[in-house]
Amino acid sequence: MAELRFTESHEWVKADNGVATVGITRYAADQLGDVVYVELPQSGKQLKRGDEAAVVESVKAASEIYAPVAGEVIESNGALSGNPAKVNADPEGGAWFFRIRIGDTPALDTLMTKDQYTEFVKKL
Amino acid sequence: MRYLPLTDADRRAMLAKIGAKSIDDLFADVPEAARDGHFALPRHAGEMEVERRLSELARLNIAAGDSAFFCGAGAYRHHIPASVDHLVQRSEFLTSYTPYQPEIAQGTLQVLFEFQTQVASLTAMEVANASMYDGSTAAAEAVLMAHRITGRNRAVLSGSLHPHYAETIRTMAGLAGEIVSAPVRLGEAEDLAPLLDEDTSCVVVQNPDVFGFLRDLKSIAEAAHAQGALLVAVVTEAVSLGLVEPPGAMGADIVAGEGQSLGNALNFGGPYVGLFATREKYLRQMPGRLAGQTVDVEGRRGFVLTLSAREQHIRREKATSNICTNSGLCALAFSIHLALLGELGLRRLARINHARAVQLAERLTAIKGVDLATPAFFNEFTVKLPKPAIEVADALANRNIIAGVRASRLYPHEPGLTHHLIVAATETNNAGEIEAYARELEKVLAC
Repeated sequence: MAELRFTESHEWVKADNGVATVGITRYAADQLGDVVYVELPQSGKQLKRGDEAAVVESVKAASEIYAPVAGEVIESNGALSGNPAKVNADPEGGAWFFRIRIGDTPALDTLMTKDQYTEFVKKL
Repeated sequence: MRYLPLTDADRRAMLAKIGAKSIDDLFADVPEAARDGHFALPRHAGEMEVERRLSELARLNIAAGDSAFFCGAGAYRHHIPASVDHLVQRSEFLTSYTPYQPEIAQGTLQVLFEFQTQVASLTAMEVANASMYDGSTAAAEAVLMAHRITGRNRAVLSGSLHPHYAETIRTMAGLAGEIVSAPVRLGEAEDLAPLLDEDTSCVVVQNPDVFGFLRDLKSIAEAAHAQGALLVAVVTEAVSLGLVEPPGAMGADIVAGEGQSLGNALNFGGPYVGLFATREKYLRQMPGRLAGQTVDVEGRRGFVLTLSAREQHIRREKATSNICTNSGLCALAFSIHLALLGELGLRRLARINHARAVQLAERLTAIKGVDLATPAFFNEFTVKLPKPAIEVADALANRNIIAGVRASRLYPHEPGLTHHLIVAATETNNAGEIEAYARELEKVLAC
């Protein structure tokens, strides 16, 4: 079981066999409030690190989700489109947004660990 | 104390940034002679004298209501029941601007909700917004929306899309991608399919087109969809929707229209009210405000502005539009007029319009040398005259008949259109006016 890594823009990443699964953190989901809509990237889309990859919209805000690593999108979590509330229910598990075939592996090491992210959020 | 928002240093920095030496440089386009601020105006006059002088000047105009008026081309003279003007002025409604603290204005929100319902039914689309500035800006927003949906940025415009609409699209969407205009094919079903490619986000077609010609949008809808592009249908005469097959039934993905014909006077060209409708699947990409119906904590029906996360006050530069204002007062007049007419009333009004236009077209084309250029039409058609339209229209204006809009006014660079006149007839044109038009045209052409 690979460990989760975190970004300052509140995405989490789980890398497994060169594939990164990306979602938003529990903290981000709580801050957004009830999620009502997600816009997911199409498979095959090439992303650079930091590119806008998806959109999550709640009753009070809409935010971009950025690609934490570069690579090609190979899958999106279609289940979220029909049931966006899942993002609030299980943000760091079943409510992943998309999967990327990682193009820049070293980039993962620069992301925060769970403990680092917890510290980071405390200061916000 | 004066309010001075900028210091001299601020101004210098701003001018330096854009490469201007002084504020006067910003007015370089104004002819020098007009820049000194000295006009040959009398310094002082009493209120009565000013009113008298202005009335004299105003009398030099021929008002639409004081003549036999046959102009259309995007702005139509219709009868507005006195009850519309009375109702729009009720204090419950008279906060005409877009509501910024919306939920306190339940009356306004309910009207917008009804307006959206009416626009969706008229156009046979699934959702409509709470209105836009006018038809042309709605058309430009439709192009930008099609870019967002398809991820492409090339728009193809029909040659008989109103040239002012085409110009507005170029202004508002010109920086967002390529805009291709098809050549003008008067009175023909132009074949736009060859202009579409895999970069095309949408094709924009007006129905009835600027010449009044009625189009079947089904084949162009199919051609667009086959290329993965959207069909944006433009309607400039809302009354036509009482009789003509609505764009939604012919495969349109977005409808952008002008609502002036219902409840709103000609108003010298504005303010008007833009209609905007689309398929539910594109709802999140739709610009503008959206009123929704809901229930409060006690279960009572209420209205809110909904899906606001698309809008600029929340999404900032990522908003679906930077114009989230709606034409509240004009939309209110539209809604009240349409509610007073009802479905049957609108159909009847549309039939009367068509009948008047048919009657006029028959009388005019009975005159030697006058040919109908638009074989199918609603309440507006184009005739080819045996003389330049500018001469004929001026001569008829001197006989108190405003005969129509010269095609060359809209298409100054089309040498083939100098003899064409775009003529509209509505319920306001009675048999006497139609008769007078035909009689005077015959005389003018005989000269």
